[in-house]
Order: sequence, then C-alpha cells, then structure tokens
Amino acid sequence: MEAGALFTLRDQARAERFQKLLLAWAPDRPVKIVHVCGTHEITIAQHGLRSLLPENVEVLEGPGCPVCVTSTQDFDCALQLAERGAILCTFGDMTRVPGTRMTLEEARAEGADVRVVLSAADAVEVARRNPQKPVVFFAVGFETTAPGTAAVLLDHPPDNFYVLVSHKLIPPALEALLSTPPVEISAFLAPGHVSTVIGAGAYRGIAARFHVPIVVAGFEPLDILFAIALVLRQLKEGRAEVENAYPRSVTEAGNLRAQALLREVFAVGPALWRGIGEIPGSGLYLREEFAKHDAKREFGVEGRVGEEKPPGCRCSDVLMARAVPTDCPFYGHACTPLTPIGPCMVGAEGACNIWYRYGGRPRL
Amino acid sequence: MKRLLEEKVTALHGAGGLVMEKLIRERILPKFKLRTAGPIGLDHLDDGAVLDLPPGAVVFTTDSHVVKPLFFPGGDIGKLAVTGTVNDLVVMGARPLALSLALIIEEGFPLRDLEQILESAAAVLSEIGVALVTGDTKVMGKGEVDGLVVNTTGIGVAERVVPDSGVRPGDLLVVTGSVGEHGLAVLAARNELPVEIPVGSDVAPLWPAMAEALESGGITAMKDPTRGGLAAALNEMAQKSGVGMEVEEERIPVRPEVRGLCELLGISPYELACEGRAVLAVAPEKLEAVLSALRKHPLTQGAQVVGRATDRYPGKVILRTTVGGKRFLEMPLGDPVPRIC
Repeated sequence: MEAGALFTLRDQARAERFQKLLLAWAPDRPVKIVHVCGTHEITIAQHGLRSLLPENVEVLEGPGCPVCVTSTQDFDCALQLAERGAILCTFGDMTRVPGTRMTLEEARAEGADVRVVLSAADAVEVARRNPQKPVVFFAVGFETTAPGTAAVLLDHPPDNFYVLVSHKLIPPALEALLSTPPVEISAFLAPGHVSTVIGAGAYRGIAARFHVPIVVAGFEPLDILFAIALVLRQLKEGRAEVENAYPRSVTEAGNLRAQALLREVFAVGPALWRGIGEIPGSGLYLREEFAKHDAKREFGVEGRVGEEKPPGCRCSDVLMARAVPTDCPFYGHACTPLTPIGPCMVGAEGACNIWYRYGGRPRL
Repeated sequence: MKRLLEEKVTALHGAGGLVMEKLIRERILPKFKLRTAGPIGLDHLDDGAVLDLPPGAVVFTTDSHVVKPLFFPGGDIGKLAVTGTVNDLVVMGARPLALSLALIIEEGFPLRDLEQILESAAAVLSEIGVALVTGDTKVMGKGEVDGLVVNTTGIGVAERVVPDSGVRPGDLLVVTGSVGEHGLAVLAARNELPVEIPVGSDVAPLWPAMAEALESGGITAMKDPTRGGLAAALNEMAQKSGVGMEVEEERIPVRPEVRGLCELLGISPYELACEGRAVLAVAPEKLEAVLSALRKHPLTQGAQVVGRATDRYPGKVILRTTVGGKRFLEMPLGDPVPRIC
C-alpha cells in the first residue's frame, strides 16, 4: 500500500465523520465489545480510539494473543524436548513466557538449544542445516500461522524435523466465551487476518445461535472505528448478524487454498487454552500421514499440568474479556514487560503488554 | 613491522612510548585546528589543559559513544561523539567552549578508519569554533573492546542555565526538526532492515543554531531527544517539572519515509533517537521570538510547536492522535535500537 493510501485510513476529517456515526448509534445501555486480536488492540491503544467511543461502550481484548493462550502443558512439552537435546525453534515471545518450571529462555541459559525463528520455513532450514539433531518447531498461532506449518509439512521436510503443534482456532473460542457464564459480551469484532483465511461466513452460525453481532474489522484506526459503528448500529436495530467491514481483504468464503492445506494436514480436536480451559473443537492435531513429524508422539512427551497463573494474577480474566489490564493489582508495578508475572504481559500481542507500551487507558 | 604500524592500531600505539607519541603528533593533532582555550592546550601534551573561561555558569558534561556500526549514513562515531557532547552543553543553555576526546581502540583497528573518524570529529569542531584541549589514547587487546569507543567531555558557559525541570503549565513545546532519523539510519547501516531506505542520520551540532533562540530568554526547559527519542525526552521533562503535557501527533515532524518504515517495523518514530534535534519548552510570550530565531538556521528551520504543558496529569504526556483519539505517550522501556550513540 502506498503511504498516501495508508494515511487516508487515518484522516482526521473521516475520523470525525465516524465519530458522529458512533454518537448517532450510541447505545442506551452499557455495551461490551470484544475483539480477539493483538493487532486490533495495538491499533486501538496506539491511536487512542477508546477516547473516541461513547461513554458506555467498552472494548476489550479477549483471547487474541496466541502466545498468551498457549497452555503450560505445551510449554512443559517444549521444555522437555529441549532438555532431551532437541533444537527447539519458536517465535520470539514464546521464550519468555513463564511455564511450569522455567521459561525457555532460562532453559537456554542452562544449555538447551532454543532458537527464535520467524516462520515454520525458517525452522525447516535449521533442520536441514543440522541433520544429526532432532529439530522441533513449537507451532503456535491461530488460522493465520497454521497454514504456514501445514505448507512446510506438505513440502517434504527432512526426517529430523518435528512439530509440537499448539495451533488453535478462533470461532470455537468465541463460542466458549459466549457459553461460559456470566456472559456480558454484547458483540465481537472478528480478526481481519484470521477472517481472511476462514472467511466472514465462518461466524454466521455463532451470530445466529447466540444472537450477537459479529463485525469483521481491519487494522487501521478508521477500519476499527467503522466496525464499531456497525456493531452499535446492529445493537440499536436489534440485529445480530455477521458484517464484513474489511472487504478489501476478507471474502465470505475466505482463502480456500489455505483452508484445504489445513484440512489436509490437521484434524480438529479439543485444546487447552491458558486462562480459559479446554475448548472443544478448538485445537489442531497432525493427521496420521504426518505422524513421523509429530514431536509429542515421536518422543512420548506429555506436558505436566502446572500452575496456570500465580495467585492474584488476572490474566485469565483478561483473556476471558472480564477485566482490563489496569484491573489487575500487579499491572505496571510488580508486573511489567521487563518483569512479567502473567503471559498477557509477555506476548507482544497480549493486552497487558500493549497497554503498558501504549498507555492504553480507557479515557483521557 | 613498519607496515603493520602504519596500517593498523597495535598494542604499541597505546603503550605511551615513541610509537604512541608519533601517532598522536602526526596523525591526531594536526586534524584539529583549534587546540587551545587558555594558557595550556592540546599542543603541550601536558597532563591537563588550562582554560580561560568567560563569566557565567560553567556547564560540564561527558558521554561515551559505542555506536554500532562505527560508520552509518550521515555520519560516524567521530562526528557523533563530538556532536553529542556539544549538544548536551547547548541544551543546558551553554555556549560550548572546549572538549576532551578519549579513544579506546581495539588492537588491529585500521588506522585509515581511525583517521577518517578523527577528521569527522575535527570538522564539527572547526565548523562551530570549539577547541579540543586534551585527550587520551588507549589500546585494548583483540576482542576486549568492539572496535572503538570514544569518550568526549565538554565545558561550556551559560548566561542562563536551562534545566530539564523548568517547564511551567502554559509553556509551548517545540521540536526543532523531524524526529527518528538517527535511530533508523543506524538500523539501516546494520543491514537489519527488510528494505533500503534513503534516510541518513540527523547528527549535527545544535550550536550555533540555538544561540539566538537562547538569547531571547524564553526557553524554560530543553533536552536533546537522544536515547528513547521524543517520547523519553518529553516524559523526562514532564516528570522533572511536575507538569502534564498535551502533544498533537499531527504536528510532530516525521519524514514520510521514516513513518512508513516505522509502521513496517512496528516501532514508534517517537522512541527513535535523534542526534541533531532539541525539544524546548517556551514561555508563550516569547514563542514568536524563539521560533523566528530558530527558523533562521537550516538545522532548526523546521521547528514546530507540537503541544503545550498543562497542569493536568502531572508527570504524564498525553498524545492526541491523528484520528483525534487520546492516549498517554509512555516513557519507552528502552530504546528500540541498542547501541545508537
């Protein structure tokens, strides 16, 4: 995108027009809109969008940070694999998340070979360069990163390449939030990147069944203000539909090729989400044909069930969209990006981390 | 042996004997035109310099420079080391008078690079008429220091000292030019960027550009936004002065290519270091005088009012974003780019 095009999405005159829409559709009761995307939270915090919303409209990040929702069991598996001599490759933030015993960074300091990669393909490259050692890619992320993992597995990776799969799916998480009382969620903003893969149509069943508006949103400040305006209009008119406010990237059916890759490589099953618990149908598992690349199976690691959070840490409430970071007694004092207590302060997409960096207070 | 001594820095160069004296006398001293600010200066190679200082408050500052790489678009460690210390004096309200320069060199460092670095340092001092009055050279073993570390110390005299802590509610906040270029230029020089960018460092001495603006007497507080960039400078001034600040994002000068690249890298241009900019708080009645003085000099002609100090939220900086939202502009955790100065 050209710089010019980018800035038309940040133009103050348009923002003022959207703000008028927001005020015109301002609800007459408190409304809680939940998004599930770290990039949305960054845009909202960075541009101070909360200060532009009607007073009774609250926007919260739910389980939108893949690093934050990765279970301690999976971290424990990764730790065991690294301690047994595998080269463990994963995304940067993952190395700093507190697990059951220690972080992967601490394991590295004690001699484990833990490497930061930018993609599944980078991990395959590590495997090719180290043919004598098992190389494990600790694969986290939603429908956005999972096709990358699928693609490398279909591309005949070397025999010493293994995947510790911790990929998760977004729509079942939305259902879980709507099925776990007390439910106070008025509407969802659906994540633009995930929706580019799965399509806006993927949410229609949920919107109808739970009677909640779901609006797919892009990542520029005006994209998000527009999506929130559409949510408020639906609420005002008593509708609960899926609307696509990011049509320049998202279609009704989504990226069929990426979906086919996911189906070919993964089966769907239950998964543990840190801070939330087990969500049926929300996890991806390698199909039989790829068993020889399945790290858990090949090395027989079973993660230990560990302490999900230190006492007092409110990460699980933040991930359930029941609290904002500043509700936590640790936020900003004991818990900072340099001294994180819970996972939401570690991941660059975690709500606490983002609020800390961008001063994401609700109103000024 | 002869050839080696002429091409690379060796342990002998730092050993205090003839080889070292030859290096200093032949290769270092002649590059600096102004070598004294009183009875004893650089040429004496004495144990210290003796200065004649004009009346006023004496301002004294020091800075060690470890930038990586040593050469970057728009400058090198020599220019940076001299500029950094000169600018620290200027943002205290002082006229810079004399500098020291100490080199810690890794064994094997190319002499040609060292000469180039000293020439850049000398060029800045000649340009602004500041003397180099004393110095030191040490050589450390291979691997004991990364190439070259340059320390500079400076002395200046201020008629009116301008602290960080002098901001008063109602003062206007001025930035003297576009922000973020030094940080990005250093990043680009490390080849760590996914794209090539036409951005050079803004490294430049703020003297004499700031001289006339200082004379106006309207500057209540001043800082150079180096490590941590504009965000760190504003927060520090707000905290030390016990005032709040409201800044308009739209008014902060950022070159479009810098903004675009920051967007791509996910870093904030307000947290990137500048090495040729100042952030000023100005009394409202003196604003026109300060701005017109700044706009006379090429370095500060892009000076912009970016916001004002208030009595709300003391110690905090509120950013009004381009879409009209408001948020705190937080003190950065650290500079997004390590080893920039």
